[in-house]
Amino acid sequence: MTMSQNAVEFGKTVETIPNGPGAAAILAAGVGCAAIGVLAFASELSPGLRGLLNFYNPVGPLSGKTTVTIIVWLVAWYGLSRIWRKETVNMRAVNIAALVLLGLGFLLTFPPFWYLFV
Amino acid sequence: MEITTHDLMTVLHGMGFGALFMLAFSGALVELYRLSAPGAPSAMSAGGQTLLGLYLVAMVILAWLTVFSGTYVIYPWYRAVPPEGVTDLADYPRRLLLSSGKTSEWHNVGMEWKEHVGWLAPIAMTMVAYVTMKYGRAIIQHRNMRISVLGFAVAAFVATGIGGAFGAFLNKYAPIRGGDVIILMQEEGP
Repeated sequence: MTMSQNAVEFGKTVETIPNGPGAAAILAAGVGCAAIGVLAFASELSPGLRGLLNFYNPVGPLSGKTTVTIIVWLVAWYGLSRIWRKETVNMRAVNIAALVLLGLGFLLTFPPFWYLFV
Repeated sequence: MEITTHDLMTVLHGMGFGALFMLAFSGALVELYRLSAPGAPSAMSAGGQTLLGLYLVAMVILAWLTVFSGTYVIYPWYRAVPPEGVTDLADYPRRLLLSSGKTSEWHNVGMEWKEHVGWLAPIAMTMVAYVTMKYGRAIIQHRNMRISVLGFAVAAFVATGIGGAFGAFLNKYAPIRGGDVIILMQEEGP
C-alpha cells in the first residue's frame, strides 16, 4: 500500500465523524483560556472578588481563579459536546471564536495590561 | 551533597515536569504537522497515530503536573508571609522581590504573568490531544480544525516558555528555600 493510499484510507474511515465534538473541544478550550484571563484581570480590579476567590489560604486568590477556570472549561466542554455531538457546525466561526478567546487569555493575563486600568 | 525538600520540589516542578513538557513540543509539533497537513511527505500509519496519541497524553499529564505542583506546592512557599520583626527575607521570595524597586517588577510582571498564563498550556494541550486522538488522519478534511489544533499547540508552547523563562529568572533573584535537608552524599572523613 502506498503512502497516498494510506492517507485516503484513514480519511475514509473517519469521514463520517461530524466536526461537532472537535468543535466543542476547541471552543471550550478557548473559553477556558479566556476564563483564567478574565478572572486574573477582574480580581486585579476588584479587591472584593479577590477575597471571594481565596478558596485556599496558602495559595490565595489564585486557588479560586484556577478552580473556577477548570470548572468553566469543563462545563463548557460538556455542554457544547452534548449540543454538537452529532452536528456539523460552522468550523470557521468556531475557529475564529476560539482563537480570539485564546488571544484574550494571553492579553488578560499580561500584568502591564492590568496596570492600564488599575 | 545535600538538598532541601523545597529545592527538590522546585527542581521537580521546573525541570522534571515543565522542562520535559517543553522538550516534548518539538516532536509533537512535527508529528501533528505530519498527521494533519494534506501535502505532508509521509502519511502516518495507524500504529504511528496510536503512538502520537500516547505521546500527547503523556504531554497532557506533564502539563497538569507542572501547573498543579507550581500552584499548590511551590507557590505557597513563594508567597509566605514573614513573621513580625523578621528582617532577613531570604526565605520569603515574594517579599524579598518587593522589598526593592530594582527587583519588584520580577514579581509584579514576571510572577504575576507566569502564575496565570501557565494555566493556558494544559487546557490547550488537553484539547489538542483529544481532537488528535478522535479524528486522527481525518483531520485533513477539517481545515479549520487543523488550524486550531496547531494554533493551540503553539500557544501552549509559548505559554510554557513564558512560565519557564520567568521561573528561571525568579529562581535566580529570589530562590525558594527551606524545608527539611536531604543528604544525598557525604564525604567520609576522619
